[in-house]
Amino acid sequence: MRKIYDFHGGIHPPENKHQSVGEPIEAAGIPQQLIIPLSQHIGAPAASVVTVGERVLKGQQIAEAKGFVSVPQHAPTSGVISAIENRVIAHPSGFSAPCIVIDTDGLDQWIDHSGQPDFESVEPSELIKLIRSAGIAGMGGAGFPTAVKLTVKAATKIETLILNGTECEPYITADDVLMRERAEQIIRGATILRHILSPGETVIGVEDNKPEAIAALRAAAEGTGVDIVSFPTKYPSGGEKQLIEILTDKQVPSGGLPSDIGVVCQNIGTAVAIANAVDKGEPLISRITTVTGDAVDKPRNFDVLLGTPMAFLLDKAAYQAGKNNRLIMGGPMMGFSTPRVDVPIVKTTNCILAPTESELPTPPPAQACIRCGMCADACPASLLPQQLFWFSQGKEHEKLEEHKLFDCIECGACSWVCPSHIPLVQYYRSAKADILKARSDNEKSEQSRARFEAREERLVQLAAEREAKRAARKKAAEERAKKAAAGDGEDPIQAAIERAKAKKAAQESS
Amino acid sequence: MLEFITQFPLVTAVLALLCMGAVFGAVLGFAAVKFKTEGNPIADQINEILPQTQCGQCGYPGCRPYSQAIADGEAINKCPPGGEATIAALADLLDMEAIPLDEEHGEEKVTTVAYIREDECIGCTKCIQACPVDAILGAAKQMHTVIIGECTGCDLCVEPCPVDCIDMIPQEETLQTWQWDLPDPNSRRVEIIATDAQGRAA
Repeated sequence: MRKIYDFHGGIHPPENKHQSVGEPIEAAGIPQQLIIPLSQHIGAPAASVVTVGERVLKGQQIAEAKGFVSVPQHAPTSGVISAIENRVIAHPSGFSAPCIVIDTDGLDQWIDHSGQPDFESVEPSELIKLIRSAGIAGMGGAGFPTAVKLTVKAATKIETLILNGTECEPYITADDVLMRERAEQIIRGATILRHILSPGETVIGVEDNKPEAIAALRAAAEGTGVDIVSFPTKYPSGGEKQLIEILTDKQVPSGGLPSDIGVVCQNIGTAVAIANAVDKGEPLISRITTVTGDAVDKPRNFDVLLGTPMAFLLDKAAYQAGKNNRLIMGGPMMGFSTPRVDVPIVKTTNCILAPTESELPTPPPAQACIRCGMCADACPASLLPQQLFWFSQGKEHEKLEEHKLFDCIECGACSWVCPSHIPLVQYYRSAKADILKARSDNEKSEQSRARFEAREERLVQLAAEREAKRAARKKAAEERAKKAAAGDGEDPIQAAIERAKAKKAAQESS
Repeated sequence: MLEFITQFPLVTAVLALLCMGAVFGAVLGFAAVKFKTEGNPIADQINEILPQTQCGQCGYPGCRPYSQAIADGEAINKCPPGGEATIAALADLLDMEAIPLDEEHGEEKVTTVAYIREDECIGCTKCIQACPVDAILGAAKQMHTVIIGECTGCDLCVEPCPVDCIDMIPQEETLQTWQWDLPDPNSRRVEIIATDAQGRAA
């Protein structure tokens, strides 16, 4: 039995997971139109490699990765590219972003593809390339390109590979059903990752509120050496840094990466995507998404093609628009409300939550902070949320950085416990963005200053050069005049007069 | 020697003090020459804070001269591109009271970048000469264009253009620049749900 540890803080919100686990995973089917945003991950957006009117096959690459931290996009089914334009995407801003729109043909015709089923004879770097070309980005929520995460520095020894099956956020059960139904693929993905990273140990961490998933994983992991560890349920134990602390008792240093302490953490959904890519050569074109909340009559998990409009999924789950007060993408703690129902499902969409007003009521107006300190007790990153709140209000950037604002994982535990209903996380998000903007402005002004100074210098230099030339000319002229005055050779003026006289005389004589 | 001290303690004391004064004075005088600081270091710090648009709206030919002027006692509220944030930072640095922006020198506007309508450009190079950060590319009788990434939005190129083909375009908010607003304490609208603690509100 592996020893498990605890992290500071954490909360126990109502889990509300039972609603959506009653039914097995249902294939959502092919909608008429798929909208594939070019940016579904952290890093540079992919660049389209198809043209409008072109027919694409399922699994065909339709956009290529631009730069190191980027992933390509693939067609989730066969069809015709009907547009490459800006569409509203699932983002709290409600802005639109470049998307490739595919009118599906219903044939679901695959492109030729093959994987590397006996991966053990393949170089890890080749497998990382394969994972990158399959468009895999972390499916837990942040969407960081997986290949980048696996490309650890040569000197780093990975001691622990962790697969994150925690799924601590209320309502969401996408990973839970995935572990129940596709445990073999998860273990397969784990062994592939193990081959790539050759860690000392491979651990899958699952909260103890998912006994079926734990049993399924244990059965599948029999004899593979992959350790399935369960630990008490607490939000947010699924946070990467928190999970690492639970399993290894090591803390990721402030501003550092898990690989700094010899740990790599991957989501179990990512592991399944890796197994599919390596075994069958299938790129990442679908994912499991939970549709739940009291405003849907059939809450369940769907195996959904990326780019499927949210409205299509809501229909499948018998969504009652009248009962719903807002649609949330993600869970009730870290998600955000989306203003429209036609936004597409992307690689990081793990849940669509359609609650009723009584289920998730509109929060009451924020009251004054009473300095109770409950937020500091709840903070899983051991920060001082109350101090950060004051500093955010006062826009004291230096103080915020001193108090490690950037270690905040925005889990929402502090706001959840706040008796005054202060939307603390929103303050932190705003302050973080302000600081980042100030940093980039500073960089830009530094650059402008350098250019301005270089220009000034050039102008001075040019003026000096002109002055030097003028001085040289003046000196030359003076020298000539001096020579003439000294009777050295004939005086040019006198000579010209002589010539004119001679000419005149010649004219007269003729 | 000892005799002299005991006989004239007053004279001795005065002499000793005079000697010490001479020695310390020499040391200080030497240090003042040896470790003389070039320019005014506070002006450099002020210059770091200014936005470096080099627009001259403050009445000085660039950010560096204005920072020198502030160091010499000029008001800190004459920089419209920097706006309130710059004034606050300057006030903090100089330990002064933050004062509102001097309207005489312009208002705080959204950041803009210059855009040359290229088919109207006659290639006179006047804007190139006006640009303080060399952000305009072109040559005589050739079309000019603005390097957007380098443009500070200072407006200085608009005036010299003989055919008025330069527009200042406000920079739109994009997905990359979008950010959460600081919550309004009086608003009930909270976009992020982190917390609508279930049942607690009721």
